[in-house]
Amino acid sequence: MSNIQQALKKRILVLDGAMGTMLQAYKFTEEDFRGERFKDYPTPLQGNNDLLSITQPEAIKTIHGKYFEAGADIVETNTFSGTTIAMADYQMEDLVYELNYKSAKIAKEVAVEFTKKEPHKPRFVAGSIGPTNRTASMSPDVNDPGYRAVTFDELRIAYKQQVEALVDGGVDLLLVETVFDTLNAKAALFAIEEVKEERNIDIPIMLSGTITDASGRTLSGQTAEAFLISVSHIPLLSIGFNCALGANLLQPHLEAIANKTDFAISAHPNAGLPNAFGEYDETPEEMGEQIEEYLKKNLINIIGGCCGTSPKHIKVIADIATKYKPRNHTRPVSALH
Amino acid sequence: MKIKQEKYMRLSGLEPLVLNENSNFINVGERTNVAGSRKFLRLVKEEKFDEALDIARHQVDGGAQIIDINMDDGLIDGKEAMVRFLNLIAAEPDICRVPIMIDSSKWEIIEAGLKVVQGKCIVNSISLKEGEDKFIFEAKQIKRYGAAVIVMAFDEVGQADNYERRIEIAKRSYDILVNRVGFPSEDIIFDLNIFPVATGMEEHRKNAIDFIEATRWVRENLVNVSVSGGVSNVSFSFRGNNGVREAMHSVFLYHAIQNGMNMGIVNPAMLEVYDDIPKDLLEHVEDVILDRRDDATERLLDFAETVKGSKVGKTVDLSWRENPLQDRITHALVKGIDAFIIEDIEQARQEAEKPIEVIEGHLMIGMNVVGDLFGAGKMFLPQVVKSARVMKKAVAYLNPFIEAEKSDKSEPVGKILMATVKGDVHDIGKNIVSVVLACNNYEIVDLGVMVPPEKIIETAINERVDAIGLSGLITPSLDEMVYLAKEMQRQNFELPLLIGGATTSKAHTAVKIDTQYENAVVHVNDASRAVTVVGDLLNKKSAHIYTAKLKADYDEFRTKFLKRGKEKSYITIKEARKRKYKIDWETSKIMKPRELGIQVLKQLSLKKLVPFIDWSPFFRSWDLHGKYPDILKDEIVGEQATQLFEDAQEMIQKVLAKQSLKPKAVFGLFEANAVNDDDISVQKKGKEIAVFRTLRQQLKKREGIPNHALADFIAPIETGKTDYMGAFCVGIFGAQELADSYKAKDDDYNAIMAQAIADRFAEAFAEYLHKQVRTKHWAYSEDEDLTNDDLIKESYKGIRPAPGYPACPDHLEKETIWELLDVEKLIGVKLTESLAMWPAAAVSGYYFANKEAKYFGLGKITDDQVTDYATRKGITKDKARKWLHPNLVE
Repeated sequence: MSNIQQALKKRILVLDGAMGTMLQAYKFTEEDFRGERFKDYPTPLQGNNDLLSITQPEAIKTIHGKYFEAGADIVETNTFSGTTIAMADYQMEDLVYELNYKSAKIAKEVAVEFTKKEPHKPRFVAGSIGPTNRTASMSPDVNDPGYRAVTFDELRIAYKQQVEALVDGGVDLLLVETVFDTLNAKAALFAIEEVKEERNIDIPIMLSGTITDASGRTLSGQTAEAFLISVSHIPLLSIGFNCALGANLLQPHLEAIANKTDFAISAHPNAGLPNAFGEYDETPEEMGEQIEEYLKKNLINIIGGCCGTSPKHIKVIADIATKYKPRNHTRPVSALH
Repeated sequence: MKIKQEKYMRLSGLEPLVLNENSNFINVGERTNVAGSRKFLRLVKEEKFDEALDIARHQVDGGAQIIDINMDDGLIDGKEAMVRFLNLIAAEPDICRVPIMIDSSKWEIIEAGLKVVQGKCIVNSISLKEGEDKFIFEAKQIKRYGAAVIVMAFDEVGQADNYERRIEIAKRSYDILVNRVGFPSEDIIFDLNIFPVATGMEEHRKNAIDFIEATRWVRENLVNVSVSGGVSNVSFSFRGNNGVREAMHSVFLYHAIQNGMNMGIVNPAMLEVYDDIPKDLLEHVEDVILDRRDDATERLLDFAETVKGSKVGKTVDLSWRENPLQDRITHALVKGIDAFIIEDIEQARQEAEKPIEVIEGHLMIGMNVVGDLFGAGKMFLPQVVKSARVMKKAVAYLNPFIEAEKSDKSEPVGKILMATVKGDVHDIGKNIVSVVLACNNYEIVDLGVMVPPEKIIETAINERVDAIGLSGLITPSLDEMVYLAKEMQRQNFELPLLIGGATTSKAHTAVKIDTQYENAVVHVNDASRAVTVVGDLLNKKSAHIYTAKLKADYDEFRTKFLKRGKEKSYITIKEARKRKYKIDWETSKIMKPRELGIQVLKQLSLKKLVPFIDWSPFFRSWDLHGKYPDILKDEIVGEQATQLFEDAQEMIQKVLAKQSLKPKAVFGLFEANAVNDDDISVQKKGKEIAVFRTLRQQLKKREGIPNHALADFIAPIETGKTDYMGAFCVGIFGAQELADSYKAKDDDYNAIMAQAIADRFAEAFAEYLHKQVRTKHWAYSEDEDLTNDDLIKESYKGIRPAPGYPACPDHLEKETIWELLDVEKLIGVKLTESLAMWPAAAVSGYYFANKEAKYFGLGKITDDQVTDYATRKGITKDKARKWLHPNLVE
């Protein structure tokens, strides 16, 4: 059993908060994104946050450090868009390996530093694997509902490349997140299983879906439970939801799956819903109160934040998390092998 | 019996299907199987997938909890048909809410199917027929794709046809799957082979009872598994006598289920209710199924003659067809049923005065219901897309009638430009809205993602779209939208602007965007709403009323919203003036221009301007990103850029040869002093001939950071020193005519090229003239030796800000320049009503020579400055507000 599984039994683990929100504060310009190395790159690069692991590594490192300092047990690598598919928008497909490898290295370096300082609280790095910007089970063209902008195999190959780089970079676990199309997630899981088999390794997987709106469904139309069922064929470390909703709106969906799975349950909600200006203004205290509701109900094993959350939010969440026992999840993950 | 069950199979479509101890028999629909349905086979062969989908829908409506899909036929490309059909099903939420059973004897078809279904499916089937290796390989893959599996009772020897063989193969398969593959036992389903009875052959007598008993053994001995089978086989020998067949199915199922069969492929239309089977028929059938008598078959055959026809049980609920017309249309839209829409629409058309009214009335009413349900979370996206398809079918039907009317209504419904704004790559929402609008017969011009504003503007003009839809998901996109709205205002657009995307909101739209643009701005965050909104916006009769209402609504919303909001802090204009930028006029060098007064340049050769062209924006306007000249050698866009550049050069040569573009300029250099802090008094021999009113930054800044106004760069009158400033206007004439001449030949490419080049020439001219002024006419910078690159980087001394741009956003000041320089009379550049310059390829502005002068952005200003400005300028406050509103703190 890996370290993280042992830790998971003892306490509620805390995941970090938003990377994008923290980066926004730096107000990086096009030039900052480019750095010296990409100064003549043909496409605009501003907004390609993953690239900052190469061009502004200190900022990434600092943010990881702030989250660990705030009490996070796990930080996510800065690789949300680190697939050839998502990077195509910036014509940076060839950089995917390097982006992931570098991001993993940066995060791991910070994690090791903190673990050394506080050996009783080992820190972990989760390789963040985003949904890409395409959907494998929906058509972007109504006149041809059978059309698909991306196939399972294209996704599988792209994800495999990302996973290999993250693993090479030293991540402790993988986090397939913000899943809005379950078929995309299944391709990611398939790719991970391939890597595990080929390298004869085991690496824990967290999987986190996204319920997009009031319908209570994923973008691709599945209910929370249908989503759970569709991805339960792989021995996951945890399953849960993130993004799109604030903590209180996420609760019913967590409840919908919590008693239907033996996997650990994770949640990293947004700091509320964005206000009129696209900003998330829920305070750490407000968010903390809502999250405490989860913990009171014993719903959670891993808790963190998504869009709009900051180290302050994570600090409050981490403090609250110490007061509660983790949800009791029975099935030993390794027994599934 | 004691069924061994610790875990239960869980499947999913869009919704879960979870077995548990109380689960009833799971009914698998069988009609979407080319082997089982001749009609389905024909439809697939003829590629009539719409009708093939109807069969699937009919199955689900009729109670199928899983649908079996099989494309194994020699005349079909099974893999392609499977993928196509499953992809189409995925777009039908009322079908794909149930789990899919991917049915094929070919592994490649199964695998192709597994790659296109998001839910947890069942694979039908694998077996030991071709040995353990293949069996293990396929089982492993299926596990990795995340599906349950049906295992046929078949091995290397053959198909199990008796009790012993069935349990032997089942046991062996189970052990391999559970122990060697690690396949979850609850995801294993055995198909123990249902064979026909009453065939007249002795060896078939026990076919049913062996199946039933083997089922019992499997459920009692192989933990967690399910048992399934294709029920209709059992009655094969009674083909043509549905009455008997239905009874046989019911009886077989009744006993098989009691013994542990928990799912099966059954045609619900071919099933009698067990209790409703007449006693005598029941007895004869049970004799056969359970093999109770030696003469059971003969007795049933004899009895069968007396049983005629079928009492078809379940049918689709069509009671909604009894409802009034509007209800039926609404129902069809909400449910996405297109089977009756044409007949309903035809009725509506006959009742309406004009066919267009059916779209605007009946269909819109229905789509509004869809929108409301969607908004309330009672419908979700795929359903809405389906509703849109019904809508499209209806509109397509109506179109010829609308065409036939051939009045002013004969035009296409409208052309909508859709774009995800610059810097943003998220386009799913935008695509969905595009799709829904396209369904409703709008022509969509989709510019994709990361679209620069210039391109949106340019395309909107060139494509003559009827509305622009902007989408964005990340926060910075909000600013891009505001910018675009500003640009639309600046360029006198009248098109409605639609705003959507995850970070957008009605509040942001009302407060930040609506205020930038005089025409309609609507926040539309769901696809179904988009149709009605666009319909209202483009309705020729009532659009102006709708727009006025919209504006009023947003205004009210804004007022309410702002009452609770707090914003950045601003200081009073009085305070801001105290914090003006202070040049030390005692030491600052003031250069008297060599030539004061107004000069005109009309005879300048265009050729002289060519070296001053800044090419990078030219490429940007064609969406080629990169710096000139590097871009020509760029790995990715280099080839295209080079081609474009060559075409541009070719056109420039033509233009130079034919002199089809004509540059004209006027500029003047004058004595000037800052007066009353923010005004600049322009003088001729000490006599005031004009006053420029400048605006001052009011944002609260850190201590020591000044609040700029352009007037700060001119020596105040109190210093007793005479300072100087300039003003200019350059224009390129003939671009429109040139572009039109290309357009007349349907050569849009060169038409755009002509305009793009004219714009470049105008900018180059401004640059050229500024240089002439610096080095010759004013000559404050005589010895400068700047390359074109330096000019682009603005490394020269002094500035040339232009009204309408950040340092002086007030377009009204152009009027002052026009009067001062007599621009229209001297060179013919006109100001339109909204103070745009015509020809469009024109630049006007001021010259400031002080070396401390620099470009800045005014930012927001508060009401006190507006009042002050209106008074200074002698205009009403309303007028001042109107022109300054993009810069007003709300």
